[in-house]
Amino acid sequence: MSQESGLELRGFRLLLRGEALFQPLTLRIAPGEVAAITGPSGCGKSSLLLALAGLLEGPFRIEGEAFLDGRPLNGLLPERRHLGLIFQDPLLLPHLSVAQNLAFGLSRRNAAGRRQRAQLIAEALQQIRLDGFGERDPASLSGGQRARVALMRSLLSQPKALLLDEPFASLDPELRQDMRRFLADLLLARRLPALLVTHDRQDAEALARQRFLLKNEHQSKFST
Amino acid sequence: MEAALRALEQAMRGRPTADRRRPWRLVLAALISTLLLLPVCLGLAGVLLPSFGYMPAIGGESLSLQPWRQLWDEPGIWTASLLGLFSGLASAFLSFVLVMLLLAGGRTWIRRLLERLLAPLVAVPHIALAVGLVFLLMPSGWLVRLVSPWPSGWQRPPVYAFPNDSDALALILGLIIKETPFLLLVALAALPQVKELQRLRMARSLGYHPATAWLKAVLPDLARRLRLPLFAVVAYGVSNVEMAIVLGPGAPPTLAVMILQWFQDPDLTRRFLGSAAAVLQLGLVGLALLLWQAGARAGWATWHCLASDGRRRTGKFAVQCGLYGGHSILVLLSLLSLASLLVWSLSAAWRFPAAWPQWGIATWMRHGDGLWQITATTILLAAGSSVLALLLSLAALESESGRKGRPGGRGALVILSAPLVVPQIAFLFGTAVLAAQAGLIGGWPVLLWGHLLFVLPYVYLALAGPFRGLDPRYAAMAASLGKGRLAVFFRVTLPLLRRPVLTAAAIGVAVSVALYLPTVLLGGGRFTTLASEAVTLSSGGDRRLLAVTALLQAALPLLALWLAAVAGRTRMAKP
Repeated sequence: MSQESGLELRGFRLLLRGEALFQPLTLRIAPGEVAAITGPSGCGKSSLLLALAGLLEGPFRIEGEAFLDGRPLNGLLPERRHLGLIFQDPLLLPHLSVAQNLAFGLSRRNAAGRRQRAQLIAEALQQIRLDGFGERDPASLSGGQRARVALMRSLLSQPKALLLDEPFASLDPELRQDMRRFLADLLLARRLPALLVTHDRQDAEALARQRFLLKNEHQSKFST
Repeated sequence: MEAALRALEQAMRGRPTADRRRPWRLVLAALISTLLLLPVCLGLAGVLLPSFGYMPAIGGESLSLQPWRQLWDEPGIWTASLLGLFSGLASAFLSFVLVMLLLAGGRTWIRRLLERLLAPLVAVPHIALAVGLVFLLMPSGWLVRLVSPWPSGWQRPPVYAFPNDSDALALILGLIIKETPFLLLVALAALPQVKELQRLRMARSLGYHPATAWLKAVLPDLARRLRLPLFAVVAYGVSNVEMAIVLGPGAPPTLAVMILQWFQDPDLTRRFLGSAAAVLQLGLVGLALLLWQAGARAGWATWHCLASDGRRRTGKFAVQCGLYGGHSILVLLSLLSLASLLVWSLSAAWRFPAAWPQWGIATWMRHGDGLWQITATTILLAAGSSVLALLLSLAALESESGRKGRPGGRGALVILSAPLVVPQIAFLFGTAVLAAQAGLIGGWPVLLWGHLLFVLPYVYLALAGPFRGLDPRYAAMAASLGKGRLAVFFRVTLPLLRRPVLTAAAIGVAVSVALYLPTVLLGGGRFTTLASEAVTLSSGGDRRLLAVTALLQAALPLLALWLAAVAGRTRMAKP
């Protein structure tokens, strides 16, 4: 049992039909820090995040342990893990407005009343520089705006750590830099640990102090 | 500049062949449109004019409002209209709810069971299922017998009016049992378009229970894609005749049944009344769709507020209860209905409280000849209309295959769905009257046409997807080996499409075997199919013969599906 805050993996690895996808992964991410995992496609990067979130289905087996703020994650239901998962596809719900999409994420623990919720949504819109976009159809937003809404929707559910799966892959280079800065500021301000999966070295270098390269059956840590 | 060059290049490559095929394509499109639209349009005119008193053949020479006044005064007309409206809307809504609950529950055992039973459940004709339901639920039915005399204490059949209850609840039940598998089939086909898995992952990582995640993040988007199939279900529920005769109320029946009675009345002047009622029926379907749409709009506005209220576990228990409760009843009722057809058809005598009959095949033997004739007519019609539909569909699809751009767009869809959406009872009578005046009624060609009207759209839609999904390189490869267009079609395209063609044929057979009104109205009383015989017998005929007839009607589509599956599986070449 670890007493440290942050996200910690100890000897964590995935096996697909008995064969390890990568060597056991051991790392600790302090609050406000980012660890990046890069590697060729098919090496199990995305599956690793799904496994941490408790959403991995199919013929996989998980070995090793993961802790969030000292609490073991293994065996918890996905909805009880308090891990925010951000995908390359922002997955905004097309039947809801932008504000309703944010409200979909806003947990009721600290905002149950209608007025209070509306207030928090308005503040959230401001933080992602989308003032006055609340009633818009998400399909009318640009790629960068959608990515910010998805990120904020996750933050409104009050996660204790973020798992980011190629979050910038669908953005063009200038937007990418913008989003990186935006994300880094948010993570620092909220003191959230984040695990970033990407195949883009620039993403990894710009954001992460710890970087890991996953290879099939072989892991090397190339910088600390 | 580059775009212009590409266009030029494309024109040089594409134009000559397209031009060569153009006349054929136009002829086929015109032929199919005429086949489908002519009866619908003429039929509608053929009830609209008589509804205003114009029908020279039986003495209506001038326009008047007399039929409408008569209809207004007809006792029970408003109850009949409301019954149709109510049963259509209620059954469509409940079927929709059941399908959504099933999908929200994830991969449960009952969903796997239903998916396995789906093809047979969709293929079983409405009439056969309705007859089975009567045998199961009536006061002297199997269900009562199974619980009598113990534990119910009944020594003679209890007294209750069900099916054929005056509130049409039995009709609603029957429609739900038949439409839920259909809606599930359509929903399963639409599911890959809504990113179900990704959205569930997203919602669960935000803390949502899986069922709640599905209800809030997947359902509204999926429902939007089911709009047209739901319209079809509503329209069928409001206007169907065959299920309403077997299961629906008697006095007054639903409007659709009333119309048929007036059309079959020996007093020919009742046809003016029937025509006015047919126009009313058309309006009733329109009203039902408007109400449905208005209800859906209000419902979704509420739903979207609920979806964004942040509650993570809404509807968890409702999904569990509705899912297991609703669907186990549904599956049980469908299977027991079909089983009761079998049991009744094999009964020699069946004293009341006994749970099982004395077995015997006397009914089969005694009515063998008559049954064989009816079955042969049914098979001939089904095979004939399916083969025709296959030929027309394949020819149409092949002729459009060389065309650039979006093949068979909205126009084709409208033409194809016209006979399916416009209520049968509203236009088939007009068609029948016109055919009679042209001296065509009571012959094979018109009857076959009447079946083709409903078989062709289904066959075409079943073939269009696989045909357009074919890899064009196969045909190109064959053409480059010097094969002509016909050779390519018969030796490459058709063998590649063997399985979809067989499935489409089976679907065509299932549609034709289930048809009731076209046979009754266009057959001029000279043709009896299993469907029309079952409906006739259901109003007080020999129960065992009814069971045999309905069983045969249910067996034919299942047999066709099975044959298609077997023939599709065997390989041409030895391994």
